[in-house]
Amino acid sequence: MEIRPILASLRKHRIPATLIVLEIALACAVLCNAVFMIGQRMADIHWPNAIDEQGISVITVNGTDPGHAASDIPRDLIALRGIAGVTAVAAGTSMPLDQNPALSGFTTTPDGKTTVNSSVYFLGRGGPQALGLHLLEGRIFNDDEYADSGFKGFNSTGHVLLVTQSDAQRLWPNQNALGKVLYTNGRSWTVVGVVADVLAQDPKFSGPGGRYSTVFFPLQPDGAMGDYVLRSAPQDRARVLREAMDALSKLEPGAVLQGATYAGMRGDYFADTRSMVWMLMLVCVVMLAVTAFGIVGLTSFWVGQRRRQIGIRRAVGATRGHIMQYFQTENFLLSTAGVVLGMLLAFGINLYLMSRYEMSRMPWYYLPVSAVALWLLGQLAVLGPARRAAAVPPVVATRGV
Amino acid sequence: MFAYYLDLALRSLKRNKVLTLLMVLALALGIGATITTLAVLRLLSGDPLPQKSAQLFYPQLDPYPANRPFSRSGKRVPFLLSYVDAMNLLHAGKAPHQAAVALSQVKLTPQTQQGKPFYADGVMTTADFFPMFDAPFEYGTGWSAADDDSRAQVAVIASYLNDKLFGGANSVGRMIRIEDHDFRIIGVLRPWAPQPRFYALHLGGRDYGKGEGVFMPLQGARADGISPSTMMGYGSSIDMQHLESAQAIWLGLWVQLPTAADVAAYREYLGHYAQQQVALGRFQKSDTALSGLMEWLRSEHVVPDDARLQAGLAFGFLLICVVNTVGLLLAKCLRRSREIGVRRALGASRGAIFAQFMVEAAIVGVAGGVLGLVFAELGLWGIRHQPAQYASLAHLDLSMFAFTFVVALAASLVAGLLPAWRACVVAPAPQLKAS
Repeated sequence: MEIRPILASLRKHRIPATLIVLEIALACAVLCNAVFMIGQRMADIHWPNAIDEQGISVITVNGTDPGHAASDIPRDLIALRGIAGVTAVAAGTSMPLDQNPALSGFTTTPDGKTTVNSSVYFLGRGGPQALGLHLLEGRIFNDDEYADSGFKGFNSTGHVLLVTQSDAQRLWPNQNALGKVLYTNGRSWTVVGVVADVLAQDPKFSGPGGRYSTVFFPLQPDGAMGDYVLRSAPQDRARVLREAMDALSKLEPGAVLQGATYAGMRGDYFADTRSMVWMLMLVCVVMLAVTAFGIVGLTSFWVGQRRRQIGIRRAVGATRGHIMQYFQTENFLLSTAGVVLGMLLAFGINLYLMSRYEMSRMPWYYLPVSAVALWLLGQLAVLGPARRAAAVPPVVATRGV
Repeated sequence: MFAYYLDLALRSLKRNKVLTLLMVLALALGIGATITTLAVLRLLSGDPLPQKSAQLFYPQLDPYPANRPFSRSGKRVPFLLSYVDAMNLLHAGKAPHQAAVALSQVKLTPQTQQGKPFYADGVMTTADFFPMFDAPFEYGTGWSAADDDSRAQVAVIASYLNDKLFGGANSVGRMIRIEDHDFRIIGVLRPWAPQPRFYALHLGGRDYGKGEGVFMPLQGARADGISPSTMMGYGSSIDMQHLESAQAIWLGLWVQLPTAADVAAYREYLGHYAQQQVALGRFQKSDTALSGLMEWLRSEHVVPDDARLQAGLAFGFLLICVVNTVGLLLAKCLRRSREIGVRRALGASRGAIFAQFMVEAAIVGVAGGVLGLVFAELGLWGIRHQPAQYASLAHLDLSMFAFTFVVALAASLVAGLLPAWRACVVAPAPQLKAS
């Protein structure tokens, strides 16, 4: 295909050509950034969380008398354990993604200067089993350690804790965490086990560094425990939750109960993110449609204007294929110019967003991918007008109009 | 003349229905998206108390130890106050009005037999809260400074809570059971929910929404063991039973300073106070801050980033739609070169041709605006069904309604400029010759 005649004709139609290039460039820039944002948010939604997400249901109990916790919690647990299908049950202070951050700063030496903030969970007896924590090294708590651990001023009065793999890496880089000691406010705890990464109560609040910095303390029945964690097979979840709510509302008539499957809690946490993803996708689709229609409109006009020339070319021997190719190549050239400009623009927008918002650098492969997408879009959009152009009969050349 | 251009424009638009529809649709989509996101942004970044915000200030102090700064950079002044400092500033009475605020999730137990206990957002504050923030009362009044000091068990409730508990009747004098303690209702507010909820920032509440249900005197509520939603310790450990003396920050303080001189005086007072505390050994740093309400909202980034990103994206989209409209209008007008030639030959001036094409563009703009309004309403309807805190507030007010048409007209006229200019420079002679 000869490109020079196309360039010559484009030079004569500078304004429409510029408009198409501009439209494609803008679409490319917006598309790159929007798709990048979609990708980032999708990654957030799929943050891994090493607990049995599909088997857990959580009932939050509020408004009970904390003074009776020592007797009420064991009584409630016995009732919950009696529900058919429940494989493990425990009380705890909070859950990953429950949106109530509980952070504590720890140091690795008694008089340490640099504190590392970790999300803190207190688990009652059977807690690791109920959550389905995945033990990587060491052991979980034993009965004595639960009995020995209280809750005072947001700290454990016990002497042991579990840490997640990420937290262990952050606190003691390239060392074995087992047996190491954490300190805060004159208290200290020994790491007895390392578990796979569990999310913070509010990982967006904790930030990228603290998302998986999590520690677990054992705790005897205490008023600070507001959550009952029930584990069952996924298919029993709904029934187990219903029966557990019934049982608890009889046992704790004065309390306010809130029950949810863990999958539901996760869904709630990311509801905002998901709606943003949908919104971004909608904008992308509509924007691409508008761009495509713009190309169709302008190319159709072009074809209409050049009927005579097309007729002449056909009359002097050009095949329908040649005419088609002409418009396709023309569109390809315009798309290329638009895409090159668009990639620069996309990169600039990304830099701007990085400086103003919490946005990371766009990986390079977003640029060629959206370039290919716009090339394809351009070719698809030009197909209709190009076919109409190819259908122009040679006889048009001989007519006045 | 205008009527004639209108007629010409309508004829021309009718001649090519698909192209016209395409232009209007694209413009409407762009405008719909822009207006939807702008309406949300306006709602989120609005002034919560337009008549008062210029006079409201938020003082900050830094009681944190030097080796354990509040923020990693050490530059930020803590955003809450300890009880001791809040009370010292409050009792110094350096401003005509001042109120300390903490939020709490409280259990409310209806007095009826079948009513189940439920949780509501509560505010623990001091007497000046209501007059300072212009909270309007439906029934009764707020409490007095004497009630604060005597730890009175009184409460003011929001209108929606009054509807829920008492069917909207005058409930002043009735009792309400909060966290298993009885409080006497002394006031019922009219629907009142400043957006953003400036006084709830960092206190563990929501930044937007229908507002808190129940307001209690700080000391009275604390006497019943009601604890704040958020507290941050800077000492060895927090004793929840004695938060008043704990090394913990958990209160926001608002002061009303009517004039610039008052602000300067208060700033000076705050500096002196911090230095005095350093001298007493209570503080190690004498950093202070005093921000106006709007400045405070801006510095705390209360508007979610997503809302800004969406607005930016919508603007990008509108730009694409405008470029698209320019292209299509241009295609339309160049196709009519012959008609233009004839009109020019018959004596129409360049200005007349220009005006004719601008009228055509304006018609597209108005149509795009009307359809864009439909899209915007649709978009806002969609946002109202989103899980965001501010979802229920998303609506189009009169000024946004008018603004839609301004945007639509501006966009279409900008889009029309280039085609109209191309049209008016068409030389008449060659066009006439061809036929």
